[in-house]
Amino acid sequence: MIGFGSVGRGIAECIAEKGLDIEITGIADSRSGVISKTGIDIRSVLTKKQETGLCGEEGITPEDILERAEYDVLVEVTPTDAVTGEPACTNIQRALEKGAHVVTSNKGPIALKFSELMRIAEENGVQLRYEATVCGAIPLMHTLRQGLAGNTIQKLYGVFNGTCNYILTRMADEGLTYQQALLEAREMGYAEADPTYDVQGIDAAIKLVILANAVWGLNKTLDDVDRTGIDLLTSDALALAEREEHTIRLIGEILPDEGVLRVSPRILNKNHPVVVRGTLNAVMIETDMAGEITLIGKGAGSRETASAIISDLLFIRDFHAGRS
Amino acid sequence: MKLEIKDMPGQLVAALRPISDVGGNIIAVIHQHESATVRTGTLGVQIVLEISESGLSELIRLLKAGGVTILRIGEERMLIRRSFILIGHLMHTDLSDTVDRIDSTGFAEVAELTMMMPAINEPTSAKMIIKSESMEGLLKALEILRKTADQKEILIIEPLEEKQ
Repeated sequence: MIGFGSVGRGIAECIAEKGLDIEITGIADSRSGVISKTGIDIRSVLTKKQETGLCGEEGITPEDILERAEYDVLVEVTPTDAVTGEPACTNIQRALEKGAHVVTSNKGPIALKFSELMRIAEENGVQLRYEATVCGAIPLMHTLRQGLAGNTIQKLYGVFNGTCNYILTRMADEGLTYQQALLEAREMGYAEADPTYDVQGIDAAIKLVILANAVWGLNKTLDDVDRTGIDLLTSDALALAEREEHTIRLIGEILPDEGVLRVSPRILNKNHPVVVRGTLNAVMIETDMAGEITLIGKGAGSRETASAIISDLLFIRDFHAGRS
Repeated sequence: MKLEIKDMPGQLVAALRPISDVGGNIIAVIHQHESATVRTGTLGVQIVLEISESGLSELIRLLKAGGVTILRIGEERMLIRRSFILIGHLMHTDLSDTVDRIDSTGFAEVAELTMMMPAINEPTSAKMIIKSESMEGLLKALEILRKTADQKEILIIEPLEEKQ
């Protein structure tokens, strides 16, 4: 496992708690690392991390883990760099080239180098899975690729960013201004000190790019997304919408036939299934056979993201491990 | 729609009542005493109304049950309505010009405009309802609105189109 922040620790905690027949043989954070062929004692690493800020010995790097540890799957959970995708791109590529499967929550590599990485995975007969990159705990990728196999996905849209959804919920409920709601979101730990990435719709746009490329092979980049954030919204606008049993949500939308990817605040009926409250995410999938499917769940969080990573790990174990 | 009713007292009311019963909105009623298409002893009445599609089929059923003959149901016009929310310096960027650009098209018009007096440090917010004869007209009007908003630095919040 490379990356031992909130997501990495969440995965480790869940594995320590539940077993699941998963052994962790190497962990690296940004400053240290630990390797064990027979399996790391996860609880002691978690304690060490909590007490010292380090998961292992200084001097053991992600490169050491990639090259020296014994692993079937690399779990890449370093923070997203939406511009370069590094260091995750390099980490993922190296693991794939060594013939290891990769599971990641890092949006950078999947949004920027999807087709290249998938080609490398295929050449090496391994899997690259990324359920955790879109909508946290919601099994969206699995639903689209396995659950709805054979369906034509005509349209996909919904709430892809919990921070924006929280802000809009509070503006509508309490008549808060955008600034007030943003400050509150920060205090609650839902918004970063620099909220640009969330409130200008960049995070949601990256998720659309990942979906467009993974589900439809559209070869899109962030520049292809028609994007408007929520930072110019007024409490008056919310009040105008609410007067008629409508509300405003930041909606990400993919119209695959027209090749349209769009993130923008939209007016929706309050009882529309994707109008969720607080930090929840919601996705509506319109298909030809299954009709409409709505998925609602937590889009972020340590254990929630761990759920997505672990489901990918177990999917690889059950359907791919040992085949090559 | 054009109806044929019996030339007897109370018949016009009998023909109009079902319209409000099904939630329709009567815009105009035009009597045609002399019409080539109607039989003797009957009257031709043209009614312009706003009604939902489901309301229309119910109305047709009620009219037929009440002995009214429907001669013709005309084209729908200005029946497609969409609400938008506009945020920006609406007054200082010539609101009447913004409205004119839609109204002057002939195929769409601004049917309603509700403005909120802005809170301190906030730009003006307004709800605009555009109506059009057809979906095509509405989309064209939306293009004009988008272009105008772009020039005047107005943010438009559009409704999410739901599956019909």
